[in-house]
Amino acid sequence: MAYDFPILSLIIWLPILGGAALLFIGDCIGAQNTKCYALVLSLLAFLLSIPLYLEFDTTTAAMQFVEKVPWITAFDINYHLGIDGIALPLILLTTFTTILVVLAAWESITDRVPQYLGAFLILDGLMVAVFCALDGILFYVFWEAQLIPMFLIIGIWGGPNRVYATIKFFLYTFLGSVFMLVAFLYLYHQAGTFDVATLHHLPLSITAQTWIFIAFFLAFAVKIPMWPVHTWLPDAHVEAPTGGSVILAAIMLKMGGYGFLRYSLPITPDASQAWAGVLIILSLIAIVYIGFVALVQRDMKKLIAYSSISHMGFATLGMFVIFQIIHRTGAAEGAIMAMEGSMMQMISHGFISGALFLCVGVLYDRMHSREISAYGGVVNTMPVFAAFMMLFAMANAGLPGTSGFVGEFTVILSSFEASFWIAFFAASTLILGAAYTLWMYKRVIFGEIANDEVAKLQDINARERLILASLAVMVLLLGIWPDPLFTIMHASIENLVQHVTQSKLIP
Amino acid sequence: MTKALIIILAPLLASVIAGLFGHRIGRAGTHWVTIIGVAISFLVSLLVYIDILWEDAPVFNANLYTWLMTGGISLHIGFLIDELTATMMVVVTFVSLMVHIYTIGYMHEDPGYQRFFSYISLFTFSMLMLVMANNFLQLFFGWEAVGLVSYLLIGFWYTRESAIFANLKAFLINRVGDFGFLLSIAAVLMYFDTLDYAEVFHQAPELAGTTITIWGDAQWQLLTVICILLFIGAMGKSAQAPLHVWLPDSMEGPTPISALIHAATMVTAGIFMVARMSPLFELSETALSFVMLTGAFTAFFMGLLGLVQNDIKRVIAYSTLSQLGYMTVALGVSAYAAGIFHLATHAFFKALLFLAAGSVIIGMHHEQDMRKMGGLWKIMPITWITCLIGSLALIGFPGFSGFFSKDMIIEAVHHSERYGAHVAYWAVLSGVFVTALYSFRLIFMVFHGQERMDAHTRANLHESPPVVTVPLILLAIPSVTAGALFIEPMLFGDYFGNSIVVHPENNVLGSLGEHFHGWLAMVEHGVTQLPFMLAMAGVLVAWLGYVAFPEAPRNLATMFKPIYWLLTRKYGFDEIYQAVFAGGARMIGRLLSGLGDRLLIDGMLVNGSARIVGLASMMIRQVQSGYLYHYAFAMILGLLALLGIFVHGL
Repeated sequence: MAYDFPILSLIIWLPILGGAALLFIGDCIGAQNTKCYALVLSLLAFLLSIPLYLEFDTTTAAMQFVEKVPWITAFDINYHLGIDGIALPLILLTTFTTILVVLAAWESITDRVPQYLGAFLILDGLMVAVFCALDGILFYVFWEAQLIPMFLIIGIWGGPNRVYATIKFFLYTFLGSVFMLVAFLYLYHQAGTFDVATLHHLPLSITAQTWIFIAFFLAFAVKIPMWPVHTWLPDAHVEAPTGGSVILAAIMLKMGGYGFLRYSLPITPDASQAWAGVLIILSLIAIVYIGFVALVQRDMKKLIAYSSISHMGFATLGMFVIFQIIHRTGAAEGAIMAMEGSMMQMISHGFISGALFLCVGVLYDRMHSREISAYGGVVNTMPVFAAFMMLFAMANAGLPGTSGFVGEFTVILSSFEASFWIAFFAASTLILGAAYTLWMYKRVIFGEIANDEVAKLQDINARERLILASLAVMVLLLGIWPDPLFTIMHASIENLVQHVTQSKLIP
Repeated sequence: MTKALIIILAPLLASVIAGLFGHRIGRAGTHWVTIIGVAISFLVSLLVYIDILWEDAPVFNANLYTWLMTGGISLHIGFLIDELTATMMVVVTFVSLMVHIYTIGYMHEDPGYQRFFSYISLFTFSMLMLVMANNFLQLFFGWEAVGLVSYLLIGFWYTRESAIFANLKAFLINRVGDFGFLLSIAAVLMYFDTLDYAEVFHQAPELAGTTITIWGDAQWQLLTVICILLFIGAMGKSAQAPLHVWLPDSMEGPTPISALIHAATMVTAGIFMVARMSPLFELSETALSFVMLTGAFTAFFMGLLGLVQNDIKRVIAYSTLSQLGYMTVALGVSAYAAGIFHLATHAFFKALLFLAAGSVIIGMHHEQDMRKMGGLWKIMPITWITCLIGSLALIGFPGFSGFFSKDMIIEAVHHSERYGAHVAYWAVLSGVFVTALYSFRLIFMVFHGQERMDAHTRANLHESPPVVTVPLILLAIPSVTAGALFIEPMLFGDYFGNSIVVHPENNVLGSLGEHFHGWLAMVEHGVTQLPFMLAMAGVLVAWLGYVAFPEAPRNLATMFKPIYWLLTRKYGFDEIYQAVFAGGARMIGRLLSGLGDRLLIDGMLVNGSARIVGLASMMIRQVQSGYLYHYAFAMILGLLALLGIFVHGL
C-alpha cells in the first residue's frame, strides 16, 4: 500500500485521546473554550477523513490504507485496520455527523459540558474504529466500547425515564454481542486466527455456519434493529439527549448493517442463504408493521425512532433479498443493485434521521416537550425552520430528488426481481412513510398557533441554520446525483456478492 | 440541449431566487423574476415547437448526466423532445405564464406573495421535467415533484384546518397511485433491463407474448400487468374514480393554482403519461378496456356531482373530473391524439373558467357560494363574456375549441370495437347533457337572475384590474380558436409523428378521418347531431331551473330526496375512505403498538425475561440459606443421586 501514513489510526485516536483529555481539563478551561476545542477536534477528524475519499481507489475491492501491528501475539490478535468501499461512506458519515452533534450541543447542553462533548468525541473515534477493524477481537472490543459513552450519554443527560431506557439499551445490545464473541471464539478455534479476511475464506459445515449465523444475527439484528428485537430503540431515543439520538440513529444503527455485510454474509454465506427467507420476512414486517406503529405515536422522537426501524428494514431487505434474486434471475446484476441500494439507504438514513432528530431537538430546546399535541402552527413563528423540516420530512417520505428516494427505489426495483410480493410490501412504505411523516408535520407545523408557548417561539438562529443547511445540502446532493457514492461501493459490493454466492461448505 | 436546459432551468432558477431571496428583492422583484423566468421558458418552448412541428426538425433525445449506475443498469437524466412533448411544453408554459401574471392581481394582498411565486415557478419546472423526460425514472421524479408542489399549494393557507387536511389527503391518495406506478417501473426494469423510453418501446413487441404469475398459477400478460399498474399511477394524478376524492378538496388552495395545477396541467399528467406509453398500451387490449371504462365511469358520475355543488370552484372541480374522464376514455379507445387534443383545449378553457371564477371571487370579497351571487354580468362584463366563452367551449358548442375535441372523443368511442365501448358511449353521451346543465347552472346563478349578495358587497363590486382580465382575454382566444385550427393536423394529419403509436386495427381516428372534410363542415354537421341537441337541452333545463323557475330545483331535490342525498354526499367515497383507510390504519397501528410492541414483545419477552431472571434468582437465593446442615443435607442428597446413577448406569 502506497499510503504509509497511519491515517486511519489518526482519525480514530485523535478524537478518542482528545475527548479523554477533555474529561480532565474541561472543567479548568471553561465552557466556551471546551466547545471550541471539541468543535476543532471534530472538524480535524472530519478533515482527516477527506483524504480517504480523495485517495480512495474505486477500482479495487481490496482493503486500503491498511495498518497492521501485532497486539496479542499469543492468540494472533492484531491491531489491523483497513477500509473498503463499504466502510468508507460510513466513516465519512460518522465524522461529518459528529461535527453537527457538537454544534447542536452549543446552547442546549449546560450541565457537565466537557464530559458531554468528551463522550461524543470518544464515541466518534470508536465508531470509526468499528468500521475499520479487520480483526475479530479488535472489532468486538470497539463494538462493546462504544456502548459505554452512549450508556453514559443517555443515563446522565437523558430524560426523566432514562434509567429504564439505558439499562434496556445496554442489556439488549450487550446480550446480542456476547453471542458474537462466542462466535468469534469458535471461529478462532477453527481457523487459528481472528483475521477477518482469513475467516471470510474459512470453510465451515452448514451446522457450524448456522450457529455462527444465529450468533451474529443476535448481535446485528438488535443493533439495526430488526423486528422483534427493536423495542429498546424507541425508549432509548425518547430518553436520549438530541446529540445521543442523532448519533444513535445516524451511525450506531448502521453498525448492525455493516456487521451483516462484513461478517454474517461473507463468513456464513450458506447459512445466510438458508436463512434469507426469514430475514426477508422480518425486514418486510419491519417496513409494514412498524409503519403502522409509527402512525399512532404521540411522541415525535418515538415516531422518528419507529420510522428509523422501518427504513432500516430496507437495508436488511436489500442485503438478504440477493439470494432470491440470484435464484430467480440466475445473474448477479439485480443482487448488486439490491445491496448497493441497501448501503445507500443506510447512508441516506444517516442524514435524514439525524436531521429529523435535530429538528425535534430545536423544538425541544425551546418548548421542552416532545409531545405532538403540545405543538401546532409552528410555521407561523418559525417559517425558516418549517421549510427545513418540510424538506427532511419529504426526504423521509422518500420523495425523488432527495437521498431518501434512492435507496428505497433501488431496493424495491431489485426486490421485484425476487418476487412481486416482496416489492409490493416494500413499496407500501410509499403510502405509510408519507402518512406518518406528513401527518406529524401537519399536526406540529401547520395550523393556527396552538398555544401561547408556540406564539413565543423564536425562529432558528445562524448556528442552527448552518447545521440544518449542511444536512439539507447532503440530502439534496445525494438525491440529485447519487452516482459518486455508488462509484465508491461498486468494486467492494460486486466482490461481496460474488463471494457470498459461492458455497464454502466443507466438502 | 442548450434550449432544453434553458426551458428547464429558467423557472427553477426563478423559483430558487424567489424562495430564498424573496424578501430581499421585494414583491415586485419577485414577480418580475418569476414571470421573466417562465416567459423565457415559454418563448424557447415555442421555438422548439416551431422547429419540431413546422420545420420537421428531428426528434431530440439525449441524456444530460448519469444519475446512477448499479448492477449493470444505468439510469440517466435526459430529455426527449418530440411532437407530443413540444405540444405539452407550449401548453404548460403558456398557461403557467398567464397564471403568473394573473397572480399579481389575485394575491396582491396576501402576506405569502413571494412564497406563492416561488411555488408556482417550481411547479412549472417540475411539470416540464415530467413531460420532457426520456426515461421512467425522470418521469417519476417529475411526477412526485408536481405532487409535492401541489401539496404545498393546496396547503398554502396553512392555518386553515380544511386546507391542511386537503393537502395531506391529496398527497396520500396520490401516493396510492404512485405505489402502482413504482411497481410498474420495477416490472419494466426487470423485463426490459432499462428504463429508457426508446429502448423499452423498441423491445415491447417482443415481450407481447410474455406471461408472468403473480398469485397461484394464473398467467398474466406481462404488458397488461405493467399497463394497469402504470394506469393506477395515472388514476391518482389524473383523479380517476375511485382515486378522485382529493381533487374537489384541492380547491382549498388559492384559485390561480386551481387553474394551473388542478385543471390545466398537473392533473393531465396521467393522460400525458398514457399517451406517452401508447407503444405499451397498444399491446394490451385488457388494459385499454380498463382505462376506457374507468374514464367513462368518471366522466358521467363525477359530472353528476357538479349539479348539486354551490361553491363556484367546486362546480368547476367536478367538471374537471368529468372532463378528465373524457380524455381517459379517448385513451382507452386508442384515440390518444384525441385525448391529447382535448387535454390542450381543456387546458385553455378550464384555466379560463377558473381564472374567471377567481375574478368573481375577488369581486365578491372571497365569497365562493353561488347562492349569494347573481346578476354580475352588468358589473363584471369582461369576466362575464370570457366565462361564457369558456363555458361554451366546455359544453362543446359548435365552433368553440371544446366542440371539436369532445365530439371527436364521442365519435371515436362510438366507432370503437373495444370491449365495453357501447357502455362508455352512453356514458360520454349522457355526460354532454350533464356538462351543459352544470355549466350553465353556474353561468345563470352567478351572472344572471336576481342579485343575492348583501348591500355592502354590492356597493364595492367592480370589474377586476387588467392584470386579471388580460390573462382572461388571452386565454379566451385559444379557447375559441384552438379547436378549429388544430383539429385537422392533430387528429388526422401526421402531427404526432412517431411519438404516439396506434396499431392499425385500433385506429378509430384513422377511419373517422375518411369522413372528415374540414372544420367548417364539421361545425355544419355538428349542429344536426345528438350531442349538440343534448347540450342545448342541458342549457335549456339550466335556464328553466335557475332563471325562469328558480323554485324548481328545490322542489326536484325534495321529490328525489334519496338521489339528491347521494349526490350531496358524493356517493359516500369520502366517508368510506375516512372510516376504512384512515381509521383502519390508525386502528391497526394502535393494535400493533399496544398489543404487539408493548404487551407481547416488551411486556412478555423483554421485561418478562427480566422478571423470570428475578424470580429464578429469588428461588435460588432460598437455597443459600447459610445454615451448614442445609448444605450438608444437599451434599448427601447429591452423593446419593450420583451413587444411584453410577450403580444403575453400570
